[in-house]
Amino acid sequence: MSTLELINLQKRYQNGYEAVPGLDLEVRDGEFLVLVGPSGCGKSTVLRMVAGLEDISGGDMLIDGVRVNDMGPQQRDIAMVFQSYALYPNMTVGENIGFAMKLRKTDKAVMATKVAEVAALLELDKVLDRKPGQLSGGQRQRVAMGRAIVREPKLFLMDEPLSNLDAKLRVQTRAEISRLQRRLNITTMYVTHDQVEAMTMGDRVAVLRRGYLMQCATPQELYHTPDNLFVGQFIGSPSMNVVRAEVVEGTGGLPALTVGSQTIQLDDAALAQLPGVRGMIGRSVAFGMRPEVLGDEGTSSIDVDVELVEMLGAELLVHATIDAPSVKQTDEGVEIGESNTSMIVASMDARIRVNAASRMSLTLDTSRIHLFDLVTGDAIGKAKVDVG
Amino acid sequence: MASTISTPVDATVGAKGGAQGGVQGGVLAGVNGPNKPPDLTPRGSKIAKNLSSKKGSIIVWLIAALWTVPTFGLLVSSFRPETQIKTSGWWFFFSDPSVTLDNYRGVLDNKVGGQPFTEFFLNSIKITVPGAVIPIFLAAFAAYAFSWMKFWGRDWIFVGVVALMVVPLQMTLIPLLRFFNSDFFPDKANGIPAIWLAHSIFAMPLAIFLLKNFIGSLPSEVIEAARVDGASHMVIFMRIVLPLSVPALASIGIFQFLWVWNDLLVAKVFGGGAKNQPMTFAMVDMVGSKGNEWQLLTAGAFVTMIVPLIVFLSLQRFFVRGLLAGSVKG
Amino acid sequence: MIEIFKTFVTVALGLGAFLAVMVGLYWLASQLPEPWRDRARVMVFVGPALVLLVGGLILPSLYTGRLSLFTGPNANKWYGFGNFRELFTDSDNLIVLRNTVWWVILVTLASTVIGITIARLADRMRGEPYAKALIFLPTAISMVGAGVIWNFVYATKGNDPDKQYGLLTWLWLKAEPILPGKQDPHYWLQDREFFGFHSSFLPGLNTLFMIVVIVWIQAGFATVVISAAMKGVPDDLVEAAKIDGATDRQSFFRIVLPYVKGTIITVATTTLIAVLKVFDIVQTMGKGGQFATSTLANDMYQRSFPLSQPGYGAALAVILFVAVVPIVYVNAKNQRNIREGR
Ligand SMILES: Nc1ncnc2c1ncn2[C@@H]1O[C@H](COP(=O)(O)OP(=O)(O)OP(=O)(O)O)[C@@H](O)[C@H]1O
Ligand SMILES: [Mg+2]
Repeated sequence: MSTLELINLQKRYQNGYEAVPGLDLEVRDGEFLVLVGPSGCGKSTVLRMVAGLEDISGGDMLIDGVRVNDMGPQQRDIAMVFQSYALYPNMTVGENIGFAMKLRKTDKAVMATKVAEVAALLELDKVLDRKPGQLSGGQRQRVAMGRAIVREPKLFLMDEPLSNLDAKLRVQTRAEISRLQRRLNITTMYVTHDQVEAMTMGDRVAVLRRGYLMQCATPQELYHTPDNLFVGQFIGSPSMNVVRAEVVEGTGGLPALTVGSQTIQLDDAALAQLPGVRGMIGRSVAFGMRPEVLGDEGTSSIDVDVELVEMLGAELLVHATIDAPSVKQTDEGVEIGESNTSMIVASMDARIRVNAASRMSLTLDTSRIHLFDLVTGDAIGKAKVDVG
Repeated sequence: MASTISTPVDATVGAKGGAQGGVQGGVLAGVNGPNKPPDLTPRGSKIAKNLSSKKGSIIVWLIAALWTVPTFGLLVSSFRPETQIKTSGWWFFFSDPSVTLDNYRGVLDNKVGGQPFTEFFLNSIKITVPGAVIPIFLAAFAAYAFSWMKFWGRDWIFVGVVALMVVPLQMTLIPLLRFFNSDFFPDKANGIPAIWLAHSIFAMPLAIFLLKNFIGSLPSEVIEAARVDGASHMVIFMRIVLPLSVPALASIGIFQFLWVWNDLLVAKVFGGGAKNQPMTFAMVDMVGSKGNEWQLLTAGAFVTMIVPLIVFLSLQRFFVRGLLAGSVKG
Repeated sequence: MIEIFKTFVTVALGLGAFLAVMVGLYWLASQLPEPWRDRARVMVFVGPALVLLVGGLILPSLYTGRLSLFTGPNANKWYGFGNFRELFTDSDNLIVLRNTVWWVILVTLASTVIGITIARLADRMRGEPYAKALIFLPTAISMVGAGVIWNFVYATKGNDPDKQYGLLTWLWLKAEPILPGKQDPHYWLQDREFFGFHSSFLPGLNTLFMIVVIVWIQAGFATVVISAAMKGVPDDLVEAAKIDGATDRQSFFRIVLPYVKGTIITVATTTLIAVLKVFDIVQTMGKGGQFATSTLANDMYQRSFPLSQPGYGAALAVILFVAVVPIVYVNAKNQRNIREGR
């Protein structure tokens, strides 16, 4: 039952590296917030600062409105699940779960019932007397969870707790953690670099890049209205196809997009989504299409040269080239591909027949496309709406 | 280290924690898995197998025999009657075997500096057990601080401590002795605490170095988890680090035990008078005063050797790993 | 028995009391206000060790350095570098230095080479652990014990070969039909000449016989450590070399040895430092350094204590220190290079 506020939070490591230049983020009471981003973007750093394991170089951190910058981890009343689980190897499962309570001099009987309760909840009752070394990976993971939930802390912190599990167990445990969090209703901050995990588990997802917050929103918002090119490309798998396009004046004075040798006319529905385009005529933009939008329904279409077709069972991945340079957002900024052609991927219904090495026309719903500024990477439609 | 590294720590930490390389890996690998002797066991391999030939193993066994003969001769002699020891080599024992325990009785009844040999045996124990235990624990505390506490100049102080390994103990004998004999040191009369203290001092740099290698390579997440759980440094040290360090403490402890037990110089300088002296002293005295009474010397030497030999043979694997700690790349 | 039991109980109680005191101190430190609290906690952990190191090693070493500039039975007469001058000029002292140099060279070289040889030959041989345990055994024996064991090997009694109980003497006298000339009964540990050859640079035969003893003790250490390191050489590396056409010999010298270079240097350094401090053997076998067998460490003891020349003893300690520093420095640097990837 707690809130967490990060206000211009900063972290500079001893070697001078600025891992977090200034982060504003709020986690609401009972919320499941996922921190996601590529490797090295500072997720663990933020989480460890919240835990009190890493000194805070600047800014403020408030838990329930109380500034905790100078408190040690003991005083913050948080629980953390580590990637490696960090179980105490010399203690049994029961002792591991009860350790924090023991340190707080909890009554023995109370402690025993609590441990039993948690063990039952996590199906660990049969292994309570074992040492961590004698457990399977999944069981260890659950002990780590048990150690955290037994205390009913203000905050739950988890740093990639699933990354040491095999794929199947990961999916299963993912659901379990979500269920558990909802049931206990404890404010949670969860770190992962896996965007599928982020999308499925989080009430809201915060995307980090080099210590900067790129966007913090619900999974739906992130997916459908990314604030910038980075978020657009980071969320979604296969990731969004982005190529360079020019905004030109098309039929009826409405804007159209020139992609390589083709022109795609934007209709009223599309312009309702992307009002900012109107002012962009004559400029280059980054033009994003999600793979599942290509070849689905729509009134426009785009021609491509099919190179390779991958059959995945339920869907078909079509890899094709298009005669426009690719665009992607790197750490240095927006980068335009050197070659004048680029690869794009379309994900289509598996029943459609597609021949490799053929030219084909992919239908496109222009109200589902994304446009980004070629310099800043900001989304064009939404940004203008906000300002205007 | 040939064996796969599998420790309770690694096992819990899973894939990520298992990959500790370099010197620290050596320490971890070195002191764990006391059930099997990885460094003494040949590992199975296909092509690389024929590195050793038949000729090679004959040479090895010859050297091994050569290395054992002197000790073996002493052992045999110590059971022969005095007259035989003095008139024929021990190798004649096999043509004319006669066994007696008189020599051992003689040694135990023998007086050195006015006190019976058994007193020296007791002194050795009194000197050695604390002399091995005290420095290990002091070093463990320091090693924890150097690994897991943050303080100003930590790394430089540690380098300084390690650098003190260079100081030969002879360098400090005279001033330390003067200090112990000064009014500042209350217990002038009894030399045994002085011996403990001296051994603790000399053991400190190496013990801190080896233990820091071990304690510092415990997975940091376990320590952090304990901090999040609300444990103070003292609790982490007592309840987590010490239990996990038992193998390292044991191996370094054995090392220190042998060193103190076998020491002569420190005891001779700091013990003051024969009454606080260990068996090594009594032996040297006997060599000097009874150089020709071989029946006493052989038995006496064996009595002084018996404890370290038992310790050594029963804990050999630990001991080897203690030596390896920090010195071998894994 | 009661005494032993009492000792153990005392130790256990003492240890318990010690830990209790540490916990108590830590608790006290935790009561302090913030800027001091953390520092006090750190001091509780490192304080005792640092006090021992500063009081027991650093200050005494400095004091010894000062002492080496004085002379007289109480070392209270200023003597400048007089002790050092004596040390490097007096012929008896030069013998001490000469012996020490030979000790260092021969023991370090022999132990390391024997260690490498056995480690290689024994690798994967049948009964390897047992053979190595036998060779390692002398490490557990005190130098005093070793002295007695080898005194017994070297003992000589009269001329009658059949009356000898020293193994070496017996073999020597029995070797008459094989070796040319008549074999005299020999007092090995009193022979200060180098195989009958008198030179101020060469060590006496007696010194060589004592060196054998230390090699006997040290070789096991070298063997076990080097052998463990050799087993750490990845199989694939050796196998790759073989597939590339290397013979056993080549793959050993080109692959395995370079791979364990760091360990070998560590072993050599450790041995070397141990040898510099050799004292007990000279006490038991050389009767405290008679017959020109003294070494630096032994002389340092003799001068400081029985002979009451603490100033001179301190000068010897300083020399010892100066000798060790560069060795450790080179070793540390080497270790770092290796750790950082050669
Ligand atoms: N102790 C440190 N000193 C200096 N830089 C550090 C330190 N710890 C981390 N960094 C740097 O800070 C950045 C962020 O690290 P962090 O561990 O938070 O990344 P992460 O987002 O958790 O990545 P991953 O997904 O790989 O775990 C990285 O570039 C890292 O190199
Ligand atoms: Mg991380």
